[in-house]
Amino acid sequence: MKASAFAYARATSVVNALELLAVYGDKAKVLSGGQSLMPAMNLRLISPEFIVDIGELAELRGIFVKGDVITVRALTRHVDVLRSPEIATHAPLLRDATSHVAHPAIRNRGTLGGSLAHADPASELPACMVALGATVIVCGPQGERRVPAQEFFTGIYETALSPQELLVAVELPVARKDSAHFFHEFARRHGDYAMVGLAAQSTIVGGQFTDLRLGFFAVGDRPLLAGAAGKLVNVAVTPEVLAKASVILGEELDPQEDQQATPAMRRHLAQVLLQRCVSTLLSRPDLQGLPAR
Amino acid sequence: MTRTPENRDAFSVLDRPNSYIGKTVPRPNLDRLMQGRGQYVSDIELPRMAHVVFLRSPYAHAKITGIDAAAAKRMPGVIAVVTGQEIAPVITPWVGVLSHLKGLKSAPQSAIAVDRVCWQGEAVAAIIATSRAAAEDAAEHISVAYEELDAVTDMQTALDPTTSVIHPALGDNLAFERNHDAGTVDAAFAASDEVVEAEFIFGRHTGVTLEPRSVVADWNSAEGRLTIYQGTQAPHMVQNIAALHLGLQESQVRVVCKDVGGSFGIKVHIYADEMATYALSKLLRRPVKFVADRVESFNTDIHARDHRCKGKIGVKCDGTITAFEIDDLTGIGPYSMYPRTSAIEANQVVNLVGGPYATKNYRARARVVFQNKNVMCQYRAVGHPIACSVTEGLVDLAAMKIGMDPVEIRRRNLIADDAYPCASPSGLRFEQLSHHAALAKLIKMMDYDALRAEQTTLRARNIHRGIGIASFIEVTNPSAAFYGVGGAKISSQDGVAVRLDAQGAVVCQTSITEQGQGSESLTAQIVGSVLGVSMDRVRVILGDTDNTPYGGGTWASRGAGIGGEAALQATKVLRKNILDVAAAILQSSSGELDIVNNNVVNVSDSAPRIELSELARIVYFRPDTLPPGIQAELMATRHFVPREYPFAFTNGVQASWLEVDTDTGFVKLLKHWVVEDCGTIINPQLVDEQIRGGVVQGLGAALFEKCIYDERGQLTNANLADYLVPMSGEMPDIDVGHVVSPTLESELGAKGAGEAGTAGAAAAVTNAVNDALSPFGTIITEIPLTPQIILTALGRI
Ligand SMILES: Cc1cc2nc3c(=O)[nH]c(=O)nc-3n(C[C@H](O)[C@H](O)[C@H](O)COP(=O)(O)OP(=O)(O)OC[C@H]3O[C@@H](n4cnc5c(N)ncnc54)[C@H](O)[C@@H]3O)c2cc1C
Repeated sequence: MKASAFAYARATSVVNALELLAVYGDKAKVLSGGQSLMPAMNLRLISPEFIVDIGELAELRGIFVKGDVITVRALTRHVDVLRSPEIATHAPLLRDATSHVAHPAIRNRGTLGGSLAHADPASELPACMVALGATVIVCGPQGERRVPAQEFFTGIYETALSPQELLVAVELPVARKDSAHFFHEFARRHGDYAMVGLAAQSTIVGGQFTDLRLGFFAVGDRPLLAGAAGKLVNVAVTPEVLAKASVILGEELDPQEDQQATPAMRRHLAQVLLQRCVSTLLSRPDLQGLPAR
Repeated sequence: MTRTPENRDAFSVLDRPNSYIGKTVPRPNLDRLMQGRGQYVSDIELPRMAHVVFLRSPYAHAKITGIDAAAAKRMPGVIAVVTGQEIAPVITPWVGVLSHLKGLKSAPQSAIAVDRVCWQGEAVAAIIATSRAAAEDAAEHISVAYEELDAVTDMQTALDPTTSVIHPALGDNLAFERNHDAGTVDAAFAASDEVVEAEFIFGRHTGVTLEPRSVVADWNSAEGRLTIYQGTQAPHMVQNIAALHLGLQESQVRVVCKDVGGSFGIKVHIYADEMATYALSKLLRRPVKFVADRVESFNTDIHARDHRCKGKIGVKCDGTITAFEIDDLTGIGPYSMYPRTSAIEANQVVNLVGGPYATKNYRARARVVFQNKNVMCQYRAVGHPIACSVTEGLVDLAAMKIGMDPVEIRRRNLIADDAYPCASPSGLRFEQLSHHAALAKLIKMMDYDALRAEQTTLRARNIHRGIGIASFIEVTNPSAAFYGVGGAKISSQDGVAVRLDAQGAVVCQTSITEQGQGSESLTAQIVGSVLGVSMDRVRVILGDTDNTPYGGGTWASRGAGIGGEAALQATKVLRKNILDVAAAILQSSSGELDIVNNNVVNVSDSAPRIELSELARIVYFRPDTLPPGIQAELMATRHFVPREYPFAFTNGVQASWLEVDTDTGFVKLLKHWVVEDCGTIINPQLVDEQIRGGVVQGLGAALFEKCIYDERGQLTNANLADYLVPMSGEMPDIDVGHVVSPTLESELGAKGAGEAGTAGAAAAVTNAVNDALSPFGTIITEIPLTPQIILTALGRI
C-alpha cells in the first residue's frame, strides 16, 4: 500500500497552479486535503504522474458574507465549516451535514473544494450544494466559470471540471428568516458514507412549504434534487399528499446496489427520510410512522 | 457468591500488606506506549535489511502455468524475486492436523504457492527490494499465467458429489467431522411438550488488529542462527515451527516479540508468508522485513466463524429443557491452519452447546469443509459465540413457545451453583461455576423489571426496544489437553524466573506474552505483592526465547491463570530465599521475618530490619560477611500447568438493551451488561477492559463485521471502508460486574477473562433484537444483523 512514484509541486498561486495543470493535463492531480486522493493513490487505484499541491494557497481560504451571498473558498476545511459562526448563522444545513462527514482527524484536513471536486455520490456536501442552490466557481485557462451546483455534478466521481481547472469557491445564498432545514442520513456507523441521506432546505409560511429543496444522496450516480418536493409546496400536507410525493420520489430514484443495500432498500430508506423530513420541518408528528409507501 | 477456600492459608500469600492483588494499578508499560516509545516490529531497522512484498493470487483457485519475473528483477532497488519452486529447497511444507482430532485431514501447504493457488490472496511470488515501495513497483511487472479452476465457495455444497474436490488426494472436501451423542435425546424430544428448531447463520469475520502481522527475520550465517522479530502470541511455538521447517535446531532460532499491537488470536498461528520471510532471510543471507498491509491482512489473516448451525431444543411446559441437538457446518478455506488446526472451532461448538444447562441429553454433529477462500482458524473466544448464540437463541425460542419469561426459563435450567464439581453432556468437567449468582447479579444491575415495564410503555408509542440475555461458559487455562496431546509442540505450561538485583529491585522473566491486555502489569502485581516490594521495583521481561523460561505464551485466556501462578510460585521461593539470608544477616529466624514495602521487617511489630537494597549489597558484594555455609540464592524459577482439570471453565451472563427502528432496520445499542466469574481478580480495571473489549468484538460480529465473498471466491470488502469494525460511536455503555469463584487448582485462583466478553455479546444482541421484534412475529437467526436483513425480515422491502 505505497503510492507509486510521482512528481510533486507546491503551487505558489492559483495562477501558478493553473499553469502547472495546463502543462501536465490529465496526468496531473490537484492535492487539497488529501483525504480521498491519498488513499486512492496508496491503493494504486490511481497513479498520477504529477501532484499539484494547492494546500498553501491563502487566496483559496476563507468564508465571507456579502449581502445575501456567502462565499466559501475551496480550501476551507470541514473543521472550519463546523466552527464558522457565519456558516452556523447563514447556512446551518451545511454545518449539520459536515458533522456527518467522516471523523475529526479527516475533517481536520479534508476540504470543501476537495469533497465537491471528488463528487462521491454518497457524500453529504454535494447534496447540500444542490439543496442550497449553490454556485460553483471554477478557474481555468480561459478564466472563471460559474456553474450551478446541479450542473456541476455529472456522475460517480465526475464533475464539470476539466483537468486544467481548479475549483476555487462556492457561493451559497444566505438562509432566509423563514427558512428551515433538515439533515439526516442512514449510515451504519457514524462518520461513514451514507447508505441514503437527505439534505433539505425549505421556507415555511403558515404551516405550509413555500419552497422545499430536497437534496438526496447515495441514491444514484450524483446528488438528486427531488422533483417530488413539488407536490408538497403551497399545499396543506396531509398523509395522502405525502404518500403521493413518496410514490413520485420512488419513481424518480434510480439507486445502485452495493454491499450495504439493494436498490429497493435505498428507495425505501429515501421514502422514510422524506416522511421524517416533512414531519420534522412542519412540526407534524402525525405524519410520522405512516407506511413509507 | 464468594467461596471460602478450605485452606485459608493458601491465600495469605495474596492478602499481604500493601498487596496489589485486586487493585486497579496503572500498567507499567503505559508511559512507554503513550509516549510512542513502544517497539513494534515495524520500528525495527537492521543493517542491510530488505523488504519483502508478496504478489498474491487474484483467483480463488487456479493453476500457475508460468511466472515471468525478468522485468521485475530489472527494476530499481529489487534484490530478488523468489517463486514457490525456488524457495522450496529452503523450507518444507506442512500439514495442519493434530492426532486427537480424529479423522482431521489437510493437504501440504507451502510457504509460497508452487503450481496451484487455492485462495484469492495466496502468495505466488516474493519480491525483495530495498524498500516496500520499490518492491510494490516491481510486483506490478511480474506476469503470472493462470489457468482458472473451479472454485469451491459455498460450504453448503462443498460436500456434494458434483462439487470439485480441492485436494484430490484427500478424496473429498470434508476436513473433519465429529459426532457426539449423550443421554437419550430422541426419548427426551418425544417426551417434550414443545420442540423448537432453527438454523443459525454466522458471518465470516476477522480480527483486524491495529498493527498488522509483521516479521523481521535475520539469518546470521556466521552464527548459524536465525533471529525472528515477530508480533506473536507464542514465541516458543514459532521457534519450534521455524526450526522444524528450516531444518534447524530450536537452539538456532531466537524469537523476539516486543510490543504487539493487538492479536485476538490472529497472531497465534503460523502463516505461509511469515514462513516465507524466515526462509528468504536464510536464502538471501540478510535481514528481511515483512509487514502486511491492510488489504493483504484482510486476505490472509485468519478469518473465523462462518458457521451454519441447525439447532433443536425440547422443553416442557414447566420450562424444563429436555434436550439440545445441533448440526453445525463450517468452511475453513483450502488448508487447515498450522499448527493449531482449523477443526478446533467446530470442535468447541460441539463441546460448548448447552454447557450452562442441566440437561444431560445432547446430540451434535459438526462438519468442517474445505473451500477456496482465505484460511480460517482460532480467533478470540473460539467457537464460543457460535455455541452461545445457538444455545441461547434456542432457549429464548423455547421460552417464547411456552410463554415463559427468558430469565425464568434460565433460572429453571442453569446448573445449580451447589452442583459442582460436575460435567456437561459433552464431557466438560466443571470445578465451580456460578450461573445463578451471576444471573441474580445481572438482573439487579440492569433492573430487569423496570426495563420490561419501560419496554411495554414504549411499545404503545411504536418504539421497539428489546432485552436479550445470554448465559455462557468460557474455556480458560487450558492444559495439554488442548494441543499437546494431539502432538503439537505448543506448551501448556509456563515459567517465570524472578531475581533480586544488586540494588534490591526485581527482574522477572516470564514466558507469557503481552499484546496489550496487561500481562506485564499482572505479573508485576503478583510479584510485587507476594514478595513485598513496590511495583516500580519490578521489571518484567517477556517475549524472547533466549531470555525467558520456556512456555506457551498468551492465548485461550491463560496468561493470568497459568503464567500468573508460575509468577506467584517463583516469587514465593525468592521470598523464602531472601528471608533465609536475612535471618542469617540479622541473626533471627526466617519465621520471625517478613518483607513489606521493600524492607525486611519483624513479623511481631513490623519494625523494619533491613532494606532489600542493603541485603542485596551484602549478598552480592560482601558475601564474605555472611555466616559460613550460607549460599544466597536470589533467583528462583517455577513453572506451572493445571493438572487436575483440562480447562478451568468460567461462566457469566450478558444482557443487551437496544432499540430497533422498524422503519429502517437500524439497531441502536442502548446498554450492555456483563457479569462474569474469572475467579481471583488481579487487576479489576484490566479485567473490565478485557471484558469490554471482548464485548465490542462480539458486538462487531452481531451488527457489523463480515467478510463478503462473491460466488467466485473474491473477497469484495477487503478494506476498512467496506468491512465495518465496531466504532465507539455505536457502542453502548458496558457495565461489568463480577462473581468470584477462585479455582483451587492454583494458589492464585485466577481463571481467564480474555474471551468472556466475545463469547456472549452477539447472542445477547440477537436475543434482544428478536425480543424487540416479537410484536411483528418474526425471528432472525443470522448475524450480522444488518438493516437489510432486519427490513427484509419485517417485510418492509
Ligand atoms: C475514513 C474516511 C472517511 C470519510 N468519510 C466521508 C464521509 O462520510 N463523507 C464525505 O463526504 N467524505 C468522507 N471522506 C472524504 C473526505 O471528506 C475528503 O476530505 C473529501 O472527499 C476530499 O477532500 P480533500 O480536501 O481531502 O481532497 P483530496 O483528497 O485532496 O482531493 C480529492 C479529489 O479532488 C480533487 N481536487 C481537490 N481539490 C480540488 C480543487 N480545488 N479543484 C479541483 N480539483 C480538486 C483532487 O485532485 C482529487 O481528485 C472520508 C475520508 C476518509 C479517509
